[in-house]
Amino acid sequence: MPAEPIRTGATASRDRLPAREALRDVPWEVGVAKPDPTIVVDGVIRTFGGLTAVSVDHLEIQRGGITGLIGPNGAGKTTLFNLLTGFDQPDGGTWSFDGRPLGKLASHQVARLGVVRTFQLTKALSRLTVLQNMLLGAQGQRGEGFFSALVPGLWRGQEQANTEKALELLRRFKLDAKKDDFAGTLSGGQRKLLEMARALMSDPKVVMLDEPMAGVNPALTQSLLGHVKDLREQGMTVIFVEHDMDVVRDISDWVVVMAAGNVIAEGPPESISQNQAVVDAYLGAHHDAPLTIEEEDAQLAEAEASISRQGRGGGESLSSDATHRKGGDR
Amino acid sequence: MGEFIDALAIALKAGIGFQAVFLALLALGINMQFGYTGLLNFGQIAFAMVGAYGIAVSVSQWGLNFWVGVAIGIAAAVALALLLGLPTLRLRADYLAIATIASAEGLRLLFRSVSATPVTNGSRGISGFNSTFRELAPWDTGRRYRILGTFWSGADLWVTTVGWTLVALGCLLVWSLVRSPWGRVVKSIREDEDAVRALGKNVYVYKMQALVLGGVFGALGGMIYAIGTGSATPDQYQNANTFLAYAALILGGAARVLGPVVGAMLMYFIIQFADSGLRSLIETGVIPEGLLSTTDVAQIRFVIIGLGLILLLVFRPQGIFGDRREVMLDAR
Repeated sequence: MPAEPIRTGATASRDRLPAREALRDVPWEVGVAKPDPTIVVDGVIRTFGGLTAVSVDHLEIQRGGITGLIGPNGAGKTTLFNLLTGFDQPDGGTWSFDGRPLGKLASHQVARLGVVRTFQLTKALSRLTVLQNMLLGAQGQRGEGFFSALVPGLWRGQEQANTEKALELLRRFKLDAKKDDFAGTLSGGQRKLLEMARALMSDPKVVMLDEPMAGVNPALTQSLLGHVKDLREQGMTVIFVEHDMDVVRDISDWVVVMAAGNVIAEGPPESISQNQAVVDAYLGAHHDAPLTIEEEDAQLAEAEASISRQGRGGGESLSSDATHRKGGDR
Repeated sequence: MGEFIDALAIALKAGIGFQAVFLALLALGINMQFGYTGLLNFGQIAFAMVGAYGIAVSVSQWGLNFWVGVAIGIAAAVALALLLGLPTLRLRADYLAIATIASAEGLRLLFRSVSATPVTNGSRGISGFNSTFRELAPWDTGRRYRILGTFWSGADLWVTTVGWTLVALGCLLVWSLVRSPWGRVVKSIREDEDAVRALGKNVYVYKMQALVLGGVFGALGGMIYAIGTGSATPDQYQNANTFLAYAALILGGAARVLGPVVGAMLMYFIIQFADSGLRSLIETGVIPEGLLSTTDVAQIRFVIIGLGLILLLVFRPQGIFGDRREVMLDAR
């Protein structure tokens, strides 16, 4: 880890990155021990009625790295986020941050320890200005107590310092021109930026981003990616949920794949696409691609047989059309 | 014409009378709870009632000092807020609404019930508890005074003066709170409490503080009303008053410091003017007797007020002081 934060932005060379370096010799196994874990999850189970949303036996998150959490819809990624940050209570299991168990803590207490999160559905505080949104993120504010709020002398200096910090962050995220606008007037992408910037106001140790790139246009995605990499440069640990595999490959040091509540694979990004369990999870164990020539011929023959059994009409042309298109895709 | 000016004067007096103070304090509390923090308190009148009975019971039934009664009234409001808030503030917003509306009606029925008669004197209520307060007046409360063409009894004038002073102090308190970081947190809770939680704030505590503060404003309003009328009867504290206060708040502009105050003054002015104005128009023959008689006025004025509120929401949803851009954000 660099002695002081160096901001090299999106062009940071991957080879120099300490987390990537540290994870080089870690085997690609589920539940593998990391050299310097910051978050350790053990046996966390969350069920909703009969459905087991999350069941993670053991998971360690490397400090100072970017860990991507991927998985098909309903895999339990967001539920795991909710559990780790105290927004939901599990049926069992323990998890800790820097050796400190988080199981009994409420969400705001987790945040005070330095684990902040963003939300899949962006939570910009619409009827507050962008700057007020930012200032809310600052921790340990003396003016937030009921009685101390009545004595401006107690908090004015701190407020000034927080405002400067907020403006600096807004400049970095190119939102400084919007600082006096209501957050509700921002575009979807700008809200994502604002939410990330607001989380950074609290000087977090771990930043958990729930689909930071969802619904963001490609140009802004690049800038968001740069910001996420910056977090790593500054020594923060980043965990993020994402569906865009290009993004995951680009910025992750380590990828954790979930499916049906379980962690099914772990490893550096390049290891994931070759992992059979991952392919099965995304496409189903009985996925039809890639088909062998024989299988396709058999399916075609079967389809044609059923068509001819059904007789003529619009259904026939439609079905054969679909079959041809499928063949053409390959 | 003379009748019409008289009607205007009567309405003006109502707009600054102690009833308007009562409504303003209720609305001030609701503004803190609903306007700033997003808490739906549909039983603000219950806080007013426990405030009023705090004085009435302490002084008339238990023979305590008037100021002890005030303290008991405020303490009762705080206790009621805690009682309502403890189970509901961790839940979704509507649970507080249900609990408050039910307790407002329930408390009124309890206070007027036979079993509570030894303490609350049932539906006949309690009187004779405001002599200490009257003696504090710097002028003769027995005389009548003429101010701006309206006549005031010395006692009414004293209650009203103290009432508006309380309102001013309350506004000052709200103003200094909402411009502070504390105010920023409660406004953020109104927008999205999960986001606030994720930033390390104990949302529950802030909601409780806002609920208690708003409840204390309500209790003060109830006290002013009880002292002004000289008696406390349960049926003065119908929950319709809560909704009248909501209407006043929206008329003035929610989440604005002066919104509830100006809204309450205007509300009472309009209610009174719709009454006295209509009567004067009927009596002078401007409205023909066949169309509307003076006995209809009591009903028709609320129709007019309702129509006015609908028009307000259509053409000026932000109220008098609100910021239209801010109010319309949710409509996007």
